[in-house]
Amino acid sequence: MKTASKDLTAVSLVKEALEKAHHYQPDYHVFNWINDAAIQRAEEIDRRIAAGEDVGRLAGVPYAVKDNFLTNEGDTTASARILEGFESPVTATAVKKLEAEGAIMIGRTNLDAFAHGSSTENSYFGPTKNSRDLERVAGGSSGGSAVAVALGIVPFTTGTDTGGSIRQPASFNGVFGFKPTYGAISRYGVVAMTSSLDCVGFFAQDAADIDLLMRICAGQDPYDLTSLPDYYGKEQVFDDPVKKIGAVKDFDSEAIAPEIRAVLKQAIEELRENGHEVIELEMPALKYALAAYYIITPAEIASNLSRHDGIRYGFRSENSTGLTELYRNTRGEGFMPENKRRIMVGNFVLSSGFYDAYYLKAAKARTVLIREFEKAFEKCDFLLMPVSPNPAFKLGEKVNDPVAMYLEDVLSVPLNLAGLPGISVPVGETDAGLPVGLQLAGPRRSDRELLRFAGEMHKNSAAGSTERHVDIMGGKD
Amino acid sequence: MINMEINQETIAHLAELSNFSLSEEESRRLETDLAGIIDYISQLDELNTEGVEPTYQVFEMENVWRPDEIEPQEADPDQLLALTKEVQNHQIKVPKVL
Repeated sequence: MKTASKDLTAVSLVKEALEKAHHYQPDYHVFNWINDAAIQRAEEIDRRIAAGEDVGRLAGVPYAVKDNFLTNEGDTTASARILEGFESPVTATAVKKLEAEGAIMIGRTNLDAFAHGSSTENSYFGPTKNSRDLERVAGGSSGGSAVAVALGIVPFTTGTDTGGSIRQPASFNGVFGFKPTYGAISRYGVVAMTSSLDCVGFFAQDAADIDLLMRICAGQDPYDLTSLPDYYGKEQVFDDPVKKIGAVKDFDSEAIAPEIRAVLKQAIEELRENGHEVIELEMPALKYALAAYYIITPAEIASNLSRHDGIRYGFRSENSTGLTELYRNTRGEGFMPENKRRIMVGNFVLSSGFYDAYYLKAAKARTVLIREFEKAFEKCDFLLMPVSPNPAFKLGEKVNDPVAMYLEDVLSVPLNLAGLPGISVPVGETDAGLPVGLQLAGPRRSDRELLRFAGEMHKNSAAGSTERHVDIMGGKD
Repeated sequence: MINMEINQETIAHLAELSNFSLSEEESRRLETDLAGIIDYISQLDELNTEGVEPTYQVFEMENVWRPDEIEPQEADPDQLLALTKEVQNHQIKVPKVL
């Protein structure tokens, strides 16, 4: 990505990003807030560069955050009414690290309220549209962040991935979307959804850019006790460039759209042509991951969202008499329908009489799944899977059918349950021109090798070679 | 798995546990939605988990300690109080409890 220098000002980079943001906003609804004051920060960066200061590895680079990262600029809404007018006094650790390297936040991107959803249609402020087709969904929950990168507004954005919320919208919009190993990046200052699964990650056009962002943001944080001691860049590097890739046999099935299967088949052929070995693996427990996920996630959501009471911050319902009525009206009016479904399912699976049958069973299923991945990685370096069963679907197609929407996550949630890193690699598209990404997964802490291999896979793919063609023909950069 | 019929009574009970009010229309929708979701997650019953320990945290972390020392915080009490609707004598004012 381009950084500011004496020859290229931060002001010009930020101005261009802001112009694009305002240009696309009416049609696509990428942002919940555009930070026009970013220009002042760019001027400051330029002054420091002129004075000969080293302003960092992201000098003057404009970027956007998903609107569930707390920052002391603009309101943090998580696209939910119940956080209306919430001006956070604190800033997320990941954002602080990016800004310390000279990056400039130009806006806050739209999401499904509280990151509950797979299409960004559950936003209180309305849906974000797909970057290739205005009648289709952006994917979700980090839809705005994916579209911001796909439209070329900014070179990178932050996202969160609890069950696929980075990888699926990345696939739907033809960009890289990376979810690191659980705990790689601090969750401090990020609106909590499912604390045992939530991950901070990134969208970018280039895997090497994500590598740089990981070097900047990964590491232990005293404010997130589940964050891992810094391993990124310190792990063992495999000398052998030839990789053994596991393709999951069970998922080349009827549940996956034929156009996705075609992209997968082609990618396997390309990997083999490039000298890599592709083996077929059976992972029989994988298909149960979604059921376990939709028990564990609502349970943790019911707990995490109980803090929203209308008393200390955010929206408060008018005209309530008494405290109980105030809570009930505030939460009743402040949450979106999908938030309510998840909170209620969570309270159901945690209630006495059902805890063992649902929550405990799901926690045990999680162990079974982890063992299955461990066995798979004894036989291969990385796993290759579709990101989701379908390419971007039409707006309104699934939003009123929660189970149909949940089924979109069937291939992305297993990685979260096992804490594994995963990346959506833009490799192809459908006949109708909708982008299709494929998912690479690796063992815990294999993040850097995974990113390197994802970059290689993209370069050798149909999507990668089209870009090279554009570079030459269009003189892009 | 225990067979649980989702009806208006269970919806009302879960709404009470969840601390929110629901309109009649919402309650009817939620009855259908929750029945579908619970039917889906109940398929987990097919998976054999006999003798398997549960996982609640992937790195099996337990207690992570830090020294019990007061550190300067980003937000001071005044900033936090500014986020609420009504403040009196440096305290958050709430409607009548009893």
